[in-house]
Amino acid sequence: MTKQNPGFARRSFVLGGAMIGAATAAAATIRDGELGAQPRSYRGSMPVQEGAADAPPEVRGSNFKFFTAEEREFIEAAVDRLIPPDAVGPGAVEADVPFFLDRQLAGPFGRGDHYYLGGPWKEGAPEQGYQLRFSPAQLYRAAIKAINSHTSVQFNKASFAQLGGSDKDRVLKGLETGDITLDGGVNARAFFAMLLQNTKEGYFSDPIYGGNKDMAAWKMIGFPGAHYDYSEWVERHGERVPYPPVAFKGRPGWREA
Amino acid sequence: MATTLKPVDAVMVGFGWTGAIMSQQLCDAGLNVLGLERGPWRDTPTEFATGFAQDELRYMWRHHLFQNVSDDTLTIRNNLNQEALPMRHLGSFLLGTGVGSGGVHWNGQIWRFLPSDFQTKSHNQERYGKNAVTDYDLTVQDWGVTYDELELHYDAFDKLCGTSGKAGNLRGIIHSGGNPFEGPRSDEYPTPPMKQTYGPTLFGQAAASLGRHPFPHPGGNLSQSYVNPLGCQLGKCTYCGFCEKFGCGNYSKASPQTTVLPYLMRKSNFELRTECEVLRIELTPDKKRATGVTYVNSAGEEFFQPAEMVFLGAYILHNVRLLLLSGIGQPYDPRTGEGLVGKNYAYQTMSSVNVFFDDKIINPFIGAGALATVVDDFNGDNFDHSGLGFIGGAYIAGMVTGGRPIEMMYTPKGTPAWGLEWKHSAAKNYLRSFNLSIHGSSMSSRGNYLDLDPTYRDVFGRPMLRMTFDFNENDFKMSNYLTDRTAEIARAMNPREIKENRRKGSWSVVPYQTTHNTGGAIMGDNPQNSVINKYLQSWDVPNVFSMGAGAFPQNPGYNPTATVAALTYHAAQHIIARYLKAPGPMVHA
Repeated sequence: MTKQNPGFARRSFVLGGAMIGAATAAAATIRDGELGAQPRSYRGSMPVQEGAADAPPEVRGSNFKFFTAEEREFIEAAVDRLIPPDAVGPGAVEADVPFFLDRQLAGPFGRGDHYYLGGPWKEGAPEQGYQLRFSPAQLYRAAIKAINSHTSVQFNKASFAQLGGSDKDRVLKGLETGDITLDGGVNARAFFAMLLQNTKEGYFSDPIYGGNKDMAAWKMIGFPGAHYDYSEWVERHGERVPYPPVAFKGRPGWREA
Repeated sequence: MATTLKPVDAVMVGFGWTGAIMSQQLCDAGLNVLGLERGPWRDTPTEFATGFAQDELRYMWRHHLFQNVSDDTLTIRNNLNQEALPMRHLGSFLLGTGVGSGGVHWNGQIWRFLPSDFQTKSHNQERYGKNAVTDYDLTVQDWGVTYDELELHYDAFDKLCGTSGKAGNLRGIIHSGGNPFEGPRSDEYPTPPMKQTYGPTLFGQAAASLGRHPFPHPGGNLSQSYVNPLGCQLGKCTYCGFCEKFGCGNYSKASPQTTVLPYLMRKSNFELRTECEVLRIELTPDKKRATGVTYVNSAGEEFFQPAEMVFLGAYILHNVRLLLLSGIGQPYDPRTGEGLVGKNYAYQTMSSVNVFFDDKIINPFIGAGALATVVDDFNGDNFDHSGLGFIGGAYIAGMVTGGRPIEMMYTPKGTPAWGLEWKHSAAKNYLRSFNLSIHGSSMSSRGNYLDLDPTYRDVFGRPMLRMTFDFNENDFKMSNYLTDRTAEIARAMNPREIKENRRKGSWSVVPYQTTHNTGGAIMGDNPQNSVINKYLQSWDVPNVFSMGAGAFPQNPGYNPTATVAALTYHAAQHIIARYLKAPGPMVHA
């Protein structure tokens, strides 16, 4: 390793191990437990590369990419019951949770990038967790279809979205407990658990991912968001921290540039 | 066909805490050391800068820093009568990957085990009778190493991390403000304890009012800036509340990145290769010696890496799997009780009590991974177990590691999980509630073990590891007793209400519990009861060393990392002093 200017330390690496020996300086970086990064060798310094920070993937635009019109109707109707609106705080629809879910399902999460989906597939015990062959996107697609076909039979050809509030709650409860069984290989409890978890994710995650609109869910509970330093507040026991919530992209009220 | 590479003195399989510490020690002794890590490189400014580190969705729920199980996982079941199925999504434990591994996204909770924890079998037998260690099919053992032998190595890890805390037992003298039950420490903690927020403070007052002995949790989130013996500087923690599951952008949490790598990476006799997965350890035909390891990189190229010594540092689950895949040692059979590799897999028996106030603002988002006030009165053998029907215990912690709202939303008993009532409860209780954590021991028992799955295979065609585990009766009794003691403290805080979350039913892979998996490659004083000796050296293949919590014969009621590190330093010291001069078994059976 040659001496380097300490102010300009660069990643030094050799592709494919010492025997390959072909130095390269421009291989795409990959981070995260995602698979597919290039093998590298590091020796002689802390490798730091400019412009490589692994910033979060911001959701852009406002169009839906995953849900069909029918699916979107279902999702809006369902999350509106999971977290309904009132004066206390936003409902999931107001918080843009359906949009959050759409973009999550259109991306790596929807593809099941962190799920093992290989066979053989068996139902297993509840303690063995998720055992379906479906990726999350496939599960949403199949479950929405199966739930609408369930309500069509049970409620005189109505889709889930067309039901009244208490009927919607009854159906959701039936999915949650597994009292309702669905066609198409869909485990109702597994789908409900995923839908509820993802709904709360969209409600409480950083707005950069498309939900938690205006940080209203954070305001409701009093969470200041991606705040960096609370040192001065550690021993101010019992006092309300007066900071309004802040997200990765700042907050309203910051001065325009 | 594997390409044969230039030999090295020592190869590390996996590169988290153990790989980093062992590499640093051996490089300083002049050896050529190679680290092979199956995940990517990671450094603070690139992967978890302060501008975006505090992201609950990405790191906790989308597993951004965790092992991706999509092409390699393990199979799980509760007992021998079940068919094991793949863990298709992380849940109960969050496995690390990449450089630094779990050391990047841990909480930084730094504990020493009690002196009696290293003699679980002999100590409890002597005090409570012969059956105390065999009831409920327990298979607990002594470690073959003592607290006194490890003390200076615990101290070395404290000094590496800059651990914040207050000694309770300094060279045998009990000091107020620390843990009066701990083993004697040769030195004070390098940095003072963290300041305590409201919740832990209330817990400490209530515990003291009941005659317990509260003290600040020791940890690797630093109360002040610190330069460690390797010259690495850590910064003062800002209590941002994003430690476990997250990397620290502030250089305030001890990790291989903050405490070892800046030193190690500059050494010319060290090399680190990432995206390189070791498939197996290669042995001589007589299986008495390892010749090196075969690995495949992410480009699909296969290599044979010759090495004089092979160090397994790939977390316990992968260490045990590599031993089994490489034919080192005899696999454990729970039906006959014969064999040792995979034996005594244990976990941690967690329960908790949530506390809800009307009149107190707790501000749970002001937190840190090891920010807690703790009582250790009911851990290990710190209390008389006579007539209780169990051994072991737990520490009880009034702990506020953060207020991440998706994960840490406590609602009172009977609150539905959704609907207006849930929302109102969340709005009402978020600022006014916190958690008392009960960090219980896990005693090994006959039916809990690791072996190779007969059905499921990874992308390389290797059998996955199969985990057979359930909580045993000893641990349920312990956990219930400890939860009772915790509820007493909770009620002494005069809250509006409390909620007990007792350990009930079979172990489930779904809810997060801890990433404290232990055993399977256990240490001991002879080859009839253990896979490795006190220097982490394989009894069967003496140039193979298995590091990590796989060495634990059972899991005490503390977080494992400091003991994992102390065992690594202890092994390194003896390898350098003795093995390098005369390679071969360091303990003669």
